[in-house]
Amino acid sequence: MNVPKELRYMKSHEWAKQEGGKVRVGISDHAQHEITDVVHVELPAVGKKVEQGQPCAVVESVKSAFDIYAPVSGTVVEVNDALSSSPELVNQSPYEKGFFLVIEASNQAEWEKLLPAQDYEKLIG
Amino acid sequence: MEKLLNEISHEGLSGYSVPEIDVPHENIEKYIHKEALRSSEPELPQVSEPELRRHFTRLSHRNYSLTTHFYPLGSCTMKYNPPVNDKLSQLPGFADLHPYQDEESLQGLLELLYGLERSLCEITGMDAFTLQPAAGAHGEFTGLLIIHAYFKAKGEARTKIIVPDSAHGTNPASAALAGFEIIPVKSKADGCLDLELIEKTLNKDIAAIMLTVPNTLGVFEKEILKISEIAHKNGSLLYYDGANLNAILGNARPGDFGFDIMHVNPHKTFSTPHGGGGPGSGPVGVKKHLEEFLPVPKIEKKEFGYKLHYNIPKSIGRVRSFFGNVPVLIKAYAYILALGAEGLRNVSEQAVLNANYLLSILKKELPAPAGDRCMHEFVLSAKPCAEKGVRALDIAKRLLDYGYYAPTIYFPLIVEEAMMVEPTETESKDELDKFASVFAKILKEAADNPATVKNTPTTTPVSRLNEVEAARKPILKWADAPK
Repeated sequence: MNVPKELRYMKSHEWAKQEGGKVRVGISDHAQHEITDVVHVELPAVGKKVEQGQPCAVVESVKSAFDIYAPVSGTVVEVNDALSSSPELVNQSPYEKGFFLVIEASNQAEWEKLLPAQDYEKLIG
Repeated sequence: MEKLLNEISHEGLSGYSVPEIDVPHENIEKYIHKEALRSSEPELPQVSEPELRRHFTRLSHRNYSLTTHFYPLGSCTMKYNPPVNDKLSQLPGFADLHPYQDEESLQGLLELLYGLERSLCEITGMDAFTLQPAAGAHGEFTGLLIIHAYFKAKGEARTKIIVPDSAHGTNPASAALAGFEIIPVKSKADGCLDLELIEKTLNKDIAAIMLTVPNTLGVFEKEILKISEIAHKNGSLLYYDGANLNAILGNARPGDFGFDIMHVNPHKTFSTPHGGGGPGSGPVGVKKHLEEFLPVPKIEKKEFGYKLHYNIPKSIGRVRSFFGNVPVLIKAYAYILALGAEGLRNVSEQAVLNANYLLSILKKELPAPAGDRCMHEFVLSAKPCAEKGVRALDIAKRLLDYGYYAPTIYFPLIVEEAMMVEPTETESKDELDKFASVFAKILKEAADNPATVKNTPTTTPVSRLNEVEAARKPILKWADAPK
């Protein structure tokens, strides 16, 4: 399973990418494989305030629907509109074209609570 | 494939004839505004009566139900629905009643409903019941409104509900709809609650804990008395989801475990038809301290008959028109009376015995994460097969080829590649043996030649449907279908 080294992760299988104060969010390769074919993604409105560990989006596969938790607190500054017409991007390109949203982080200290790649790899072992 | 009526339609064919108009002709625009009138004729299929009848008869032969087959759909309690119950609910004395009739002329029905309420109280250990909710989830919602009203009356602002991650999805959905915040808690590998975790999660914001006992892995919650104690010490209520009542029917009562409020699913426990054959029903029972919040009207027994009581100031109000889905309730009552206390006890004992018998055979084929014993249902994990490329979904589809309805798959979510089997009390040992041998045969096929299991079903009217495409790009109208 692909677990890029430069990203941080949550136990609930979201990844987070630091982009100079902004944090890009998606679900891991492992997660997309487990939930199988994604059929719908529900994203928040740009401008919405989110809190670390709280649900900020929903992903639905043929299996079930799952909450996506915000890896950091802050304000949503971008969402991946392409997912509304092409939810399969989450399966095809979980770390690039299939990202969910970008958060303007309000508390950089929270970043440290996220799992480094090697810890996440152990988790999904 | 059976063609749709639109596809066999021929201009000019019909199965009816309309007599000559014998009243004066009127212009419809005089009565309905032009904008509300359609400008073209509806494109209804035109077929002859024999064609129409054959079409529906052919379709009816494809029905799969308890009257034709074994139906081991876990969590759903697909028990046999005795036709005598339907017959009783269709008696003219019930079927021809009008809900606006005077109370005096509805006495027979009110007596029946009152009797059912009392029976449900006796069976569950609750003090009062409402029969109004129109389905299990509606019962949950009603229950949560009652919980809300209870704390409001006490002047406490409790806004959160604890729901274990092994719960049915309706629990968090109903609680959210009722305006509560959901606090999910992780359960242990056998689906039981982690007492310490519950204790840590409890605080003054928690209005209630919603529990299913036995849980969705078919395991009885051994710590239930302790959970009840700590919940009540915290001032929280305990909600019982009646989904798995069939496992303890006549042997144990949620009211005695400490539950304050619950719903029952007559279509599971009391042999009324499931959704699709619906309508449903979801009676809600409460202990004394919640009785004043039940919906109106309440049926009361007076010296000279039964009365509908509306003046209950703290009631949450109406949750459904009239008295609930009455035919369902009549069927449930017929079942309860026909079996009696001894019969109902036998139901749960036989259901648990059947499930354990089947588990004892199937656990040799696939791991059972919750252990060697179960209550009325059990969960297997098809993970060992999935690792070799044959998933729970494939096994389920292959079962269709052998004429079986598949078990519930991918629920509960806490078991990977879950397959949830619930045989119910109405199956014989022969039937269970047959099912077990087919199941074993499929697993052997999966090991020897995965393609035979993956490219299934092959004997059904349509082969494997593309679930992903159907969800991503659904074709919802015949006119849009590729011809």
